[in-house]
Amino acid sequence: MAPAFRDVCRQKSFIVTAEMGPPKGTDTSRLREIVHQIGSSVDAINVTDNQSAVMKVSSLAICRLILEAGGEPILQLTCRDRNRLALQSDLLAAWVLGIRNVLCLTGDHVRIGDHPQAKPVFDLDSVQLLQVVANLNQGRDLAGNALEGATDFFPGAVVTPGADPLGPQILKFRKKIAAGARFFQTQAIFDVDQLKSFLDRAQPNGVTILAGIVLLVSPRMGQFLNEKIPGVYVPERLIERLAEVPKEKRLAEGIRIAAELIRAIRDTGICQGVHIMAIGREEKVPEILRLAE
Amino acid sequence: MIVARRKPLAEIEAVVQDCTQVLVVGCGSCMAVCQAGGEKEVEILARQLRMRARLASRCQIVDEITLPRQCDPEFLRPLAALVDRYQALVSMACGAGVQLLAEQFAHRPVFPALDTLFLGVNEGPGTWGQRCLACGQCILHLTAGICPKTLCAKGLLNGPCGGTKHGKCEVNAEKTCAWAAIYNRLEKWGRLELIGRIWPPADWSVVDTPARHGTSLAEESAP
Ligand code: SF4
Repeated sequence: MAPAFRDVCRQKSFIVTAEMGPPKGTDTSRLREIVHQIGSSVDAINVTDNQSAVMKVSSLAICRLILEAGGEPILQLTCRDRNRLALQSDLLAAWVLGIRNVLCLTGDHVRIGDHPQAKPVFDLDSVQLLQVVANLNQGRDLAGNALEGATDFFPGAVVTPGADPLGPQILKFRKKIAAGARFFQTQAIFDVDQLKSFLDRAQPNGVTILAGIVLLVSPRMGQFLNEKIPGVYVPERLIERLAEVPKEKRLAEGIRIAAELIRAIRDTGICQGVHIMAIGREEKVPEILRLAE
Repeated sequence: MIVARRKPLAEIEAVVQDCTQVLVVGCGSCMAVCQAGGEKEVEILARQLRMRARLASRCQIVDEITLPRQCDPEFLRPLAALVDRYQALVSMACGAGVQLLAEQFAHRPVFPALDTLFLGVNEGPGTWGQRCLACGQCILHLTAGICPKTLCAKGLLNGPCGGTKHGKCEVNAEKTCAWAAIYNRLEKWGRLELIGRIWPPADWSVVDTPARHGTSLAEESAP
């Protein structure tokens, strides 16, 4: 069994988490394969919750599979698909199943996903969800009722250091800390200085910050991130670097870029670790980490 | 005011085509102002229905009337002497007006000619925008007069989601992110502390449907 992520955050000098998305359908073979390949090189594995509002297997089920495979899962939980009863009920279910970490998110809107006609819920927001986790940890539900057996989750949240405008983002970041978030995984960072200036301004104390690292695989992906993904800024020089190498070597170049970023973050010590999002190429995580050493 | 949009002609025609006598009933209040169901729109719809009937060689009489409003029984009274002449009423009121009409003249079918959209304001010629969700818990004094429940696509209470992009909303890049707007205005006022505290989850029980409100209700529910 992997050490608890909570202890890792307290003790380890450089923390690494990675993200993976559940399958769309019941075939878990690729997922099991990836967990097997990356489980021992990272401290915890995030499982996304209908990410981008695209319907997949629930994060809860996949977290349990990771646990059974000896990994340390982080349950991602969004407010988009469940009201306060369902959220609390799923949190209790996660605890009962042995899941100890939860990342509280608002969630992407259903309109941008694969069921755009759906009714979005958003009964709570991410800050209120963090408060719910804090309540459950104290043995109380949101309505104040006593629980037969409390949880003891290690709660986390997300932040976008490159948000525009930044003021409202910092406001929410502070509320998340006040609501009990103990670790943060950031939106993708490609410019270490940007992250540094955010942290200088936001001054988070006593929380673990993991910088988001997205594996770039093509210049087009870089452009896509710049145009479509809020708060993500891929410098032109990285896009050019990828464009200059032949197609078949781009993945390797992307891996090098990710490794360089991780090294820069570790060497400057601006935060406590990284969170790797190797969308669709999760098996490359160990290689990225080897190169970053 | 309430803002609505007229249904496509074919849809209205389909529900009334078997009726030989039809009365189109307009609303002179909100629906006239938002140009969806006032006197002018009643005239247009009636003319269109007549033309379609003629083209299809159907014998159909379509008459028109516009009331000051349809959401108050007081204003529906003049219809009492008329309705029996018609097989169906086509209401150009909001959903509330349609229902009151149907309730008052329960022996006649009432069909809606509009889709009711929202509570909003006029944003310019022919354009209306939603502003209020009728949530029963107004917080505009804290949010610089900008409603996040209505104008934020997710109705968030504690600040923006991660989807704000250059101050625009993730759901619709044409729309300003409500939280960017609230923050900017409060920052200008030097009153950011108004949104600094964590807001508890909304209490949806105050707007249980069907909601009612009024001084006589207390007496009614007394034992
Ligand atoms: S971008 Fe702004 S308005 Fe749109 S859902 Fe997010 S917080 Fe709400």
